[in-house]
Amino acid sequence: MLYFSKLRIISVIVFTVIFSYFAFSNFVKFDDRFFSKNINLGLDLQGGSYLLLEIDNRPVITQKLQAKIIELKRYFKEKEITLKNFSLKGDTILFETIDKEFENVKNILNDKESDVNTYYPTYKSHEFDVIEDGNLFSLNYSRYGLVLLKNSSLDQAIEIVRRRVDEVGTNEPNILKRGNDRILVELPGLDDPNRIKSLLGKTANLTFQFISQNNEESFGTEKLSFEDGSRDAVVSKRIILSGDNLVDAKPTMNSQTNETVVSFSLDRVGAKKFGKATSTGVGKQLAIVLDGKIISAPSVREPIIGGSGQISGDFTFQSATDLALLLRSGALPAPLNIIEERTVGPDLGQDSIDAGILSLFIGFLLVILFMIYKYRAFGLIANLALVSNLFLLIGILTLFEATLTLPGIAGIILTVGMAVDANVLIFERIKEETKNEKNPIIAFDAGYTKSRTTILDANITTLIAAFILFFMGSGPVKGFSVTLGVGILTTLFSVYFIARLLTSLYVVKNKDKEQLI
Amino acid sequence: MRDISFNKFYRKFNILSLLLIVISLVFLIFKGLNYGVDFKGGTLIELRTTDKTNNISLIRDSFNQMNLGDVSVKKFGNETDFIVKFEKQNSNDPEFIKNIQNKLSSSIGDVDFRRVENVGPKVSLELLKSGIIAISLSLAAMLLYIWIRFEWQFSLGAILAIFHDVIITLGIFSIFSLEINLSIVAAVLTIVGYSMNDTVVIFDRVRENLKKYSDIKIFDLTNISINETLSRTIITSVTTLLALFSIYLFGGEILKGFSLAMILGVIFGTYSSIYIANPILVALNVSQRTIVKEEKD
Repeated sequence: MLYFSKLRIISVIVFTVIFSYFAFSNFVKFDDRFFSKNINLGLDLQGGSYLLLEIDNRPVITQKLQAKIIELKRYFKEKEITLKNFSLKGDTILFETIDKEFENVKNILNDKESDVNTYYPTYKSHEFDVIEDGNLFSLNYSRYGLVLLKNSSLDQAIEIVRRRVDEVGTNEPNILKRGNDRILVELPGLDDPNRIKSLLGKTANLTFQFISQNNEESFGTEKLSFEDGSRDAVVSKRIILSGDNLVDAKPTMNSQTNETVVSFSLDRVGAKKFGKATSTGVGKQLAIVLDGKIISAPSVREPIIGGSGQISGDFTFQSATDLALLLRSGALPAPLNIIEERTVGPDLGQDSIDAGILSLFIGFLLVILFMIYKYRAFGLIANLALVSNLFLLIGILTLFEATLTLPGIAGIILTVGMAVDANVLIFERIKEETKNEKNPIIAFDAGYTKSRTTILDANITTLIAAFILFFMGSGPVKGFSVTLGVGILTTLFSVYFIARLLTSLYVVKNKDKEQLI
Repeated sequence: MRDISFNKFYRKFNILSLLLIVISLVFLIFKGLNYGVDFKGGTLIELRTTDKTNNISLIRDSFNQMNLGDVSVKKFGNETDFIVKFEKQNSNDPEFIKNIQNKLSSSIGDVDFRRVENVGPKVSLELLKSGIIAISLSLAAMLLYIWIRFEWQFSLGAILAIFHDVIITLGIFSIFSLEINLSIVAAVLTIVGYSMNDTVVIFDRVRENLKKYSDIKIFDLTNISINETLSRTIITSVTTLLALFSIYLFGGEILKGFSLAMILGVIFGTYSSIYIANPILVALNVSQRTIVKEEKD
């Protein structure tokens, strides 16, 4: 166990030096061309916001079901099959058929190549589960139908979220899917998440609808309230134009009224629709509706045919900027709720780094002093191994650009405390062996050999705990499992290569001394 | 090698341990754990006031006026730092936190929100579930590992020792109403690893000695093994505790709970390797035949 070939000695030294270099490059910048990686600081250390958003898919499901009813009606009408009493009860589409067409309808809906109940060829499951009860059919989204619906709404939503976050211009945001209805947004370095939160909290569904002439709600109209809550208005359900037709929006100053407004421009289809509607509707009030609330309802004085316009309504410059941003980035398919938020201010992050480094330094110093007190020369060897262990650990974290969190720093300190265990086991074993064995080289060799299984056992158990924590833990706690796990590997390396190398050099040189350890 | 008769006190310490476990369980069942927002849901705000005359009751009063459910306010390290926790969390209102900050500023002067954690009921339930799964999984993995490496008598001893450490550590958290959050789960998992580590070192020696001496009874054999590994046990515990106390004292308020749980775990883990794991080997009457028979199989 004590013999080291020259090649091995050199590789150990080279390896240690390279990783120590990686570790130091976090603090002192050397040549960027050779190595430019850094440890990432977690949100709890550099400050920032962690937001977990959940899509509320209920409106999407209802919308899709309503569209499905229209599609079914049209489809069977074309085939000249009579269906009646369509209704939507919860998430179930209900309709009836007449006796002689029952089998026909059933076959169409359950056909593997069905045009109205699709997905079968790709997913071996239909979009809808069909249940018949007499002549009554009920259609429900199948598990796959629902998964696909959720996935497509998640894909759309994540794209919109990304656009909105990018527009605000934070540095290196991290936007990830979680499951099939959640989005994780990490915003490092962001001091005040309120603006982003309120931007992400809006669906931003923009529509233009005429205000109805008569004040009574009736078929084809709906009652909506104004944004400021001051009053209500009855609005025609017919949508003249929606946000989909917008190509640009920006906050501007209206030179006549000196008001901040949002000016927008429309695509060709939108411009045409808008022109037509405004030329027939001169004199009417056009309501501009955002997420079911009327922003303003100006009167149409003349046809607007240029494909551009302005939205007014008590805007501050900030609120006009935000509205323009929302309109540019598009509407979310469904509302998003923030179900988890963790925000750390940058000064608290810095305080945590300072406290972490201080406690690492003190813990390290105490352990080093204790080891020298206990083992003298061998304590020094164990300490050298400990120092290189620390460099290796930080070096590896740097190489993989791992994320260091506050619990991660705790993991490093804990590694320092536990890393000496292996060397202690070996040294204690050697002490026992030297009692019966006069030749120090043989005693040292036996000490290493006999303690090996124990050391492996002991480290594997901690490694198991770290692994489980890595896969089950979230956020900062994950950072702890990374440093703890990597720490065990670097500990084994520093014990079996570095400390053993130093021990062998020392023992060979001092083999004639009495009581080496 | 020292020669301390640990085995004379097996019975006494077993009774003590049993008592501690019973007390812990009583507290865990009847008082329960003080879950933080991670597991209970709600909002946590760490705030710093500019006005030094602000005190806990003043801050509590201002929060109580906002209708946020149960509010708790605690000092957090500095004179001007406070931790405020309340039940309500509002995912549908993105202005929720901002409104609180505005109202607070008008009643107690400028405040800086240094940290905000807002966890919805669904997420907190999931976090609790995954925390429990993580701890159970690690126990199962340890059991499996030691079952492969040792004979069942040893596995039982090691696992009971771990349960002992985890239950008592959690019991102390329950008794003193210390907060259980995500980092405590990490601490408990590390305790499980540490306690196992410590037990394995002694068990390895017990097994080695079982092969070496056929005429020594397990009662004395465990004592020899404990003594042979004692200086390692002490040195490793001391260095680990030195590191942990350093985190506890200098690592900042956020790591206090974590390091305290670890400190308790290391102390009980070291104790249980000696006074739980070994008496179980004695009770199960482990002898040279136990390991020889296994090796024949």
